Amino acid sequence: MRIILAGTGRTLYYLCRTFISKGWRVSMINPRAEECRELAQRLKAVVVHGALADPILLEETGALGADAFLAVSSSDADNLVSCQLAALRFGIPRVLALVNDPDNEDVFRRLGVEAFCPTPTIAGLVEQRSALDGITNLVPVAGGAVNITELELPAGAPATEQPLGRLELPEESLVACLVREGRLILPAGTVEPRPGDRLIVVTLPANHGRVLSALLGPER
Amino acid sequence: MQDKKGRMNGKYIVIVGCGRLGSYLANTLSQWGASVVIVDLHEESFKLLSPHFGGFRLTGDAVESGVMRQAKLDRADLLVAATHDDNVNLLVAQTALKVFKVPRVLARVYDPRNDDIYQELGIETICPITVAAELFLQAVTEGRLPGEER
Repeated sequence: MRIILAGTGRTLYYLCRTFISKGWRVSMINPRAEECRELAQRLKAVVVHGALADPILLEETGALGADAFLAVSSSDADNLVSCQLAALRFGIPRVLALVNDPDNEDVFRRLGVEAFCPTPTIAGLVEQRSALDGITNLVPVAGGAVNITELELPAGAPATEQPLGRLELPEESLVACLVREGRLILPAGTVEPRPGDRLIVVTLPANHGRVLSALLGPER
Repeated sequence: MQDKKGRMNGKYIVIVGCGRLGSYLANTLSQWGASVVIVDLHEESFKLLSPHFGGFRLTGDAVESGVMRQAKLDRADLLVAATHDDNVNLLVAQTALKVFKVPRVLARVYDPRNDDIYQELGIETICPITVAAELFLQAVTEGRLPGEER
């Protein structure tokens, strides 16, 4: 597997290190001379200094015959144009762009470039974790349409005072499993959760807050 | 320029980048009767507009589609991308064409080496250096500038 990374900063360094450890051959293109020197010293990779969307430099990084191209700079415009160049001029089969503005994820797809934006995931994690104690995990799946949340029940939480079947949860939400002292308990309606138990719940963004209130109490 | 007054009446034009080129186009097209919105990252850039400029100024980053929506790009007859960054111009031009369905889109591009790809994607690009070089060569070989009749 031969991959070309285009961009700047720590992201570029750590991605490169990860791919090298997978045994891939990595080339990089980076417009910052200082970073290029450091990257070349620290990593076993081809490092080319220059603008991301320069066709000659791309050729020097070995764009012809590369398997994948990944653009991770802080400029959405540079990421788009370098990806288009990689795909259209050099025929690289797998091309992926980081987008910094979440709105651009959809724009890039409509322009034919596959894109990912980490901002909403990070923002969601921070928001949920800072708002609620005891919530240790939150993963959006199906493109953010569904949340999977892991939470610990504190003493006095409504969910600890009755069997699961009696809890009034909003429609289209689910307690998927209960973990007690490291053991998995299937959440049948007769199971009575105790303080310290962990629940894995499946919610929609629209009912997430109501589900958490029903389980943990309204002040949450 | 007098005879061109009114020829752009009823046209809605969005110009991105208020540098020397963008401001010149905005001043002229607005004088010719078009409704012009000019977008730039920095408010100071609008100082280049003439006092007679009758259009709208919008401060914001045209790379954000939210800003383009604010400029009502979906209603534009023409978009001109004239920032100093080729890749920004190419992104803005493609977004205008494919997402906002603007019927005509022009982009200023300094580096002509990727021209073929952008032609393929339906973007009309103008490279000032190529244009200037051609005029120079014409002046050198023909001894006069095009447009000069005698």
